[in-house]
Amino acid sequence: MKHEELDAALDSFGDALASATRVTPGNALRPEDIAVDGVAPSDEVAQYALTLGDDALILAQRLAHWISRAPELEEDVALGNIALDILGHARSFLTYAGLAWDKSEDDLAYWREEEEFTSLWIVEQPNGHFGVTIIRQLIVSIYQHLLYQKLATSQDETLAAIAAKAVKEVDYHRDHAIQWTIRLGQGTEESAQKMRHALEILWPYVDEMFRDEPVHQNLESIAVLPSSLKDAWQEEISAVLAEAGLEIPATGQAMAFGRRGEHSEHLGYLLAEMQVLARKHPGASW
Amino acid sequence: MAPTTPQEPGLSAVPSYEEEQSKARFDALIDQDSRVEPRDWMPEPYRKTLTRQVSQHAHSEIIGMQPEANWITRAPSLKRKSILMAKVQDEAGHGLYLYSAAETLGTSRDELNEQLLTGRAKYSSIFNYPARSWADMGAIGWLVDGAAIANQVPLCRASYGPYGRAMVRICKEESFHQRQGFEILLSLSRGTEVQKKMAQDAINRFYEPSLMMFGPPDDQSPNSQQSMAWNIKRFSNDELRQRFVGMIAEQVKVLGMTLPDPELHYDEEKKQWIHKDLNWDEFMAVIKGNGPVNSQRLERRREAHREGAWVREAASAYAAKQAQSEVA
Repeated sequence: MKHEELDAALDSFGDALASATRVTPGNALRPEDIAVDGVAPSDEVAQYALTLGDDALILAQRLAHWISRAPELEEDVALGNIALDILGHARSFLTYAGLAWDKSEDDLAYWREEEEFTSLWIVEQPNGHFGVTIIRQLIVSIYQHLLYQKLATSQDETLAAIAAKAVKEVDYHRDHAIQWTIRLGQGTEESAQKMRHALEILWPYVDEMFRDEPVHQNLESIAVLPSSLKDAWQEEISAVLAEAGLEIPATGQAMAFGRRGEHSEHLGYLLAEMQVLARKHPGASW
Repeated sequence: MAPTTPQEPGLSAVPSYEEEQSKARFDALIDQDSRVEPRDWMPEPYRKTLTRQVSQHAHSEIIGMQPEANWITRAPSLKRKSILMAKVQDEAGHGLYLYSAAETLGTSRDELNEQLLTGRAKYSSIFNYPARSWADMGAIGWLVDGAAIANQVPLCRASYGPYGRAMVRICKEESFHQRQGFEILLSLSRGTEVQKKMAQDAINRFYEPSLMMFGPPDDQSPNSQQSMAWNIKRFSNDELRQRFVGMIAEQVKVLGMTLPDPELHYDEEKKQWIHKDLNWDEFMAVIKGNGPVNSQRLERRREAHREGAWVREAASAYAAKQAQSEVA
């Protein structure tokens, strides 16, 4: 079949982008554009982009599970939207990283082994009940908001462009998590109890987010030093928890080294599910 | 024509002057092919028919999220994953518009949801078939959403304003859904032997159920006449089925696949498509709750409702506290 005929056949279905949801954002940097127009980053910059992409990918995979299971329809829509935004960030970072190694976003997402993933432990933690997901979102979205704000001024233009777009979306994710934290913290005794429990089980993975690794230290004025975000993060989350009538729990901190490829027991299952179909069909296109 | 309003007990059987006037206004709106709005008087059977239809439609969107959500976490590429997420999320949005339209007819969303969870309300029976393979994401988009569009485009002109307007938004997005489904099948049809087989198998399984989405043949569909008289329905079940089968018979050629129907052909004399006899016994069995995954679909909804109860309670408690502190 000729190209024109195929285009006509596809056009008969109408607008390719008519989803109510933003599959591809207006003028922002899309993974497809990065793949075509992007300049390949150095190996070090690619390693850094990979860490950002992995955090986003694993978190999006977790959040996507909520779609069709949320406490109310509005939350199916909201969590779906958030997951979709974050998956978009993952695709951009992974596409950019892949340019350094002649790999596509899918090569990186589907064909790496567990120990090659550089994501933080907080993002691979199970969804749990809705309150656990909200606290995980609160912790991560405040962090990403601060991170992307700084990254938007990076000397690496592609990273800066991805971050500049992402920060607007993460601002909404942060607001969503804050509103729910307050609502559930102040709601009923049961909801407050569930939120305290969520904080206790997730707080041990906080310190890892702010640990500087060689991947950051070698990229002055390109990468954001995680430790530089800690004070602002602490201040912001403390204020939210105070308003919600919740407290920072007195838990210890886990020896978590996701950036080095050492993961909790949860990631293996997540990857098994995410990668199963792609790996059954090596070389196939979809 | 529109039947008269059923009389409430204790009221005179003779309609009052005001009632007659209201009915005349309603009949005139229908005659002129204008829109009936929520505040307009309408006969009870019109209200009931619409409430049933709009809420069934909403339930279908919500239950219909499940077969596709089943593949989000396993989608074979990140691009497909994001498109599928957008699609399933759109469906939740469609459910929301439709519940809002149904609420304007006087039944609350909670009540409608209760009807779904207790099995009193129906939804499109096609979602009671399992989505077994990735190719089902293609077949559901192309055939199931395709049939839905054929059904829904005329509903954009439905006489009840809020329903018609909700359908305009929904139809635009549905065409994106159908297109992404077709693209999935197109990629598979150009892929490996295993991928081609996967695509053909999905088409084989969804072909007949998608033709049955238009409802029973016209001579066995007693309610259709009334819906057409009220300008809710614009074309009969068989007319819509004809249009749809003609469309997919052409599109399947682009895929280089076949429809599992050796009898399918266009009869030049009768000017209509001839397709195989559809298995209406199976259709009725699925509607009655005996499809492969009826139980699974409803239980997933109940589970989400049950496990979300504490969240909804907390949200209302918080809202009540806020309202109180604003008063104080």
